[in-house]
Amino acid sequence: MEKFTVLQAIAAALPTPNIDTDMIIRVERCVRTPRGEMGRWAFEMARYRSDGSENPDFPLNRESARGARILVAAENFGCGSSREMAVWAIAGMGYRCVIAPSFGDIFYNNCFQNGVLAIRLPQAVVDGLLRAVGSAAAPVRITVDLPSQTLTAANGEVHRFDIDRLRKKALLEGLDAIGVTLTREPDIAAWQARDRVRRPWVWS
Amino acid sequence: MAETLFDKIWDAHVVADLGGGVDLLHVDRHLLHDLGGGKALSETRERGLRVRNPELSFATADHVVSSAPGRTGGVHDWAQVLVESLRLETRRAGVRLFDVGGDAQGIVHVIAPELGITQPGTLVVCGDSHTCTNGALGALGFGIGASEIVHVLATQTIEQRRPKTMRARFEGAQPKGVYAKDMILALIGKVGMAGGVGHAVEYGGGAVRALGIEARMTLCNLSIELGAKIGMVAPDETTYAYLEGRRFAPKGPLWDAALAWWKSLPSDPAAKFDREVEIDVARLAPQITWGTSPEDAIAIDAQIPAAKPEALEYMGLAAGRPIAGTRIDRVFIGSCTNSRLSDLRIAADVARGRKVAPHVRAWVVPGSMAVKHAAEAEGLHEVFRDAGFEWREPGCSLCVGANGELVEPEARCVSTSNRNFVGRQGPRARTHLASPATAAACALAGEIADVRELLA
Repeated sequence: MEKFTVLQAIAAALPTPNIDTDMIIRVERCVRTPRGEMGRWAFEMARYRSDGSENPDFPLNRESARGARILVAAENFGCGSSREMAVWAIAGMGYRCVIAPSFGDIFYNNCFQNGVLAIRLPQAVVDGLLRAVGSAAAPVRITVDLPSQTLTAANGEVHRFDIDRLRKKALLEGLDAIGVTLTREPDIAAWQARDRVRRPWVWS
Repeated sequence: MAETLFDKIWDAHVVADLGGGVDLLHVDRHLLHDLGGGKALSETRERGLRVRNPELSFATADHVVSSAPGRTGGVHDWAQVLVESLRLETRRAGVRLFDVGGDAQGIVHVIAPELGITQPGTLVVCGDSHTCTNGALGALGFGIGASEIVHVLATQTIEQRRPKTMRARFEGAQPKGVYAKDMILALIGKVGMAGGVGHAVEYGGGAVRALGIEARMTLCNLSIELGAKIGMVAPDETTYAYLEGRRFAPKGPLWDAALAWWKSLPSDPAAKFDREVEIDVARLAPQITWGTSPEDAIAIDAQIPAAKPEALEYMGLAAGRPIAGTRIDRVFIGSCTNSRLSDLRIAADVARGRKVAPHVRAWVVPGSMAVKHAAEAEGLHEVFRDAGFEWREPGCSLCVGANGELVEPEARCVSTSNRNFVGRQGPRARTHLASPATAAACALAGEIADVRELLA
């Protein structure tokens, strides 16, 4: 997994609440598109017009959002289906960090599996970022500093964010979650041995 | 200390405390399906990892398989590739596959309880957000992503942050025409589709106790539409009676041992939940959604609200008009929400001796081969066919359209599934979520209709 430390990048704003993962990537793209090409189909129903051209009304198509690597989104972003392709699609568009007041629980976990930093911030803070980013004619840059767990907005305001210690370490060091868990094999074997005695019917 | 059902099961599965509220949990039952199962198994193999406990994984083909009578796999080449990959990789890894053509194939969350794979107190995961359905048996089930599937295959564990707890109590007798689907849609309408984010939900109260296991599955199934990836109902005599004798359920002395442990699982009377909500079932009417989120649920005799203009435009509806009487094109009775025998009986009772409106194409897609065979043994397929419904083969079908079965652009479908998202049933398709009874009534009327008028 690619390491994540400090990201200073252009931000894009998507102010619609409850963006579901069906909206982020259609199921037929999940089964028929190679992982590396998912970015092209991210948000396709909103992003493109029926003739295949870009929809100028879609916020992520704004000129000021070109080259953005930080996505500021609204409440319950990534709700719905468990499809991890939603993260691949967003990462494929270039985003490495998503900021929202809340996320779909499964989507949130999936982000960290792919080196994408998902940041929860209070509604009022996110609303401020959405306004600042969404209303600007020129690109707006935000700095996300993972070691210090801070986000610095374009106006200089600094917001601290929470992140699980393990997730932070995995991102900073680019750790492979499976490799880390395999070092706990003795714990897993011991748990299973105890459980075979405690709940033999689960193993029959 | 008084504990909840959720706490007891979670605590029993902690392999290691990873700190900061994150635990490494043991996975008792891992369910795989055709959409990602073959890929996850091949990735595990290509990374040089072994499937640690193949005997704890169970696979079936449901998402991409055709539901057309006479099918053998996917309709399209790409779907056939996924089904073939699942066959090859499960064989290589030694994982059981309930394949197309066999008598146990079906939607993953229909067959896992039906075969007794899901049991009270087990921790169940699957690369599908509706794994919460399994909570109806008093299991702790939740959906995971593609990377987590490989993690489970390789380690039989999963890292999770402990969620908060929420109890949703349903009290009062179910009025005529009101089913589990209406109960859960009403709850989502009340607390919103983000209302359960970060929570494990336990459904309780007299109205839940009165439900059969299949109806409890409907309730738990829509937990994720509440934002909660875990939904559960405490096991009771209804649960034990459902499980006894099923293929993978414990037998003999192991059954007795299991039963004793299962009876210790229900939440202690003094257990505290982080959040409590209550729904008065006696006051409910049949529910239907009008917008593009499951929280857009209203009573069947209500008016379309003046909210969410984009959703109204997408749905082709005008605020202030009654939802009943809206002309429809399609009806879908199926999905992991509402495709079990009891669902089909309810729909068949409405359809019996009546006719689907000529302009409506109505499908019944049983959830599994076992459901299909049981329904046919009762003659339900004849009831549906005589009424003008198509009787099809088990799978996810029109719920998600992953198999290429889609609702046409701007066509309006009353569906017993779980998501009315933009484009869910096909590009620009318009979905109204409802119970099997309401869906059947709509098929007959050719428009959104109040099933209570058809019930004696």
